[in-house]
Amino acid sequence: MSVEIEMEDGGGLATEEMTLNMGPQHPSTHGVLRFIVKADGEVMRKATPDIGYLHRSIEKIAEKVGWHGFMPYTDRVDYVAAMACNQGWAMCGEALGGIEVPRRGEYCRVIAAELSRICSHLLAIGATGMDIGAVTPFTHALREREMINDLIEELCGARLTYNYMRIGGVAWDLPPGFRKRVTTYLDHLEPTIHEINDLLSYGKIYAERLGSVAVISPEMAIGYGLVGPNLRASGVKYDLRKDRPYSVYGDFDFDVPVGHGEMGAVGDCWDRYMMRIWEILESAKILRQACEKLPDGPVIAKVPRNFKPPAGDVHVRVEAARGDMSWYCVSDGSEYPYRLHVRTGSFSAMSIIEELSEGLMIADLVALIATFDIVAPEVDR
Amino acid sequence: MDASAIQKKLEAKFGGSVGPVTTGLLEAWIGVDPDKIAEVAAFLKDDPDTRFDSLSNLSGVDYPARGHIEVVYNLMSYAKRHELTLKVSAEREAPRVATVCNVWPGANWLEREVYDLLGVDFVGHPDLRRILLPDDWVGNPLRKDYVEAPSYHGISTVRESMLRIEPPSRE
Repeated sequence: MSVEIEMEDGGGLATEEMTLNMGPQHPSTHGVLRFIVKADGEVMRKATPDIGYLHRSIEKIAEKVGWHGFMPYTDRVDYVAAMACNQGWAMCGEALGGIEVPRRGEYCRVIAAELSRICSHLLAIGATGMDIGAVTPFTHALREREMINDLIEELCGARLTYNYMRIGGVAWDLPPGFRKRVTTYLDHLEPTIHEINDLLSYGKIYAERLGSVAVISPEMAIGYGLVGPNLRASGVKYDLRKDRPYSVYGDFDFDVPVGHGEMGAVGDCWDRYMMRIWEILESAKILRQACEKLPDGPVIAKVPRNFKPPAGDVHVRVEAARGDMSWYCVSDGSEYPYRLHVRTGSFSAMSIIEELSEGLMIADLVALIATFDIVAPEVDR
Repeated sequence: MDASAIQKKLEAKFGGSVGPVTTGLLEAWIGVDPDKIAEVAAFLKDDPDTRFDSLSNLSGVDYPARGHIEVVYNLMSYAKRHELTLKVSAEREAPRVATVCNVWPGANWLEREVYDLLGVDFVGHPDLRRILLPDDWVGNPLRKDYVEAPSYHGISTVRESMLRIEPPSRE
């Protein structure tokens, strides 16, 4: 019996486009994301993201629960690095109400936010390795993350959804001996990061797997509104903590690392992955300085329980773990916010995928999502 | 460049389609006509003095008392390191605003979100579909007069309180 093989006109095997559904329950999609992939063999023609599976109408909830009452909900916007979301909301209220946060309160915020950033980046590093096929480094990263969770638990009683900040400051002062434990932890963390570099980042297989994959030019990144580490990986040196300092970030000396194409091209997956490693080391620098310079005084300003900021609108930007988180908040002078809109880093990152996916391998889509460090609830809110 | 210098530039180019600089509680903003916003945006992006290369945020706000829906554009420039807020007011009954997708590709999803939750029609948008809610959802939940349907595909949207459950009968 002979098998007839269909051939293309120019020779070679005939192929046809197929439509695949990836997600929403796919292990590599970091939560609940769905892609409709049009592919010819292993090469994608287009991957169309379909989002909204985790839409919890957080912005609508803000209109219903009041200014103070919304704080725990902000934890759910990006639950992997919730401190920055706490801070964004607190800053909205403070800007509208004209409230000045005591300096010690600001320092507590910086310490909490940077711990939370390290925590989030460790997860990103581990998860990227795991998505690419290196399972062991994930356990190393999570081991380190657990220690931060312990520290943050001391600070606010929660390990994931912190609800630590308040409009006007923070809920609790640092517990006794906390600063010492943070610096002890950093002494342990910095060598561990180099260990992760030896184990994972500079490994030949890993670096070649991620180098030159899914390269994003700076123009494309800016046009799509990519932010944070994903933007800086493309070589754009912009960090709100440095370029538009809020809170007390102006007091600290730290660098803003950018991607420089060490393993291929600027703005490839390896650069995006490596941004997290570099940023952990910078956050450690900020933490050490904040622990040393911590001033005395109260941690929260006097804010009325029935907080009614004057009518007006405000646009607050916070450098979260996934970049510039933009909060647009409108007050009508009542005890409930009139409107809140949050543009998150993952949302912009998801929107670029459709254009970027053309010509990528399906396996590279996984690398792309992992190195974007997309957190699905942050996309959908 | 500050907002008033930019406003002068815009007024010279677009005349009455661009409003004066309004200082709100904290930030200044410039009002623009809904059908001119795309041209204003393209001008602001390309002009060597402004170079607004990025759209930081795009939000929609419903003001039923004033009878309009406001679309707020928070622009920023990485090249010049400055920011600007533009506001567009559209008729609440049938809000139509020109799309800025062709200026900043990132506006694509942000406009879809405003279309989904507030029902603003972005004229010229290449792919205007719901983004967060299911395609067959009825209504725009962030409108102030939105009333939630009692059920969606047979799933009740009414929360039943545990406390209201009838105790088992003693018979």
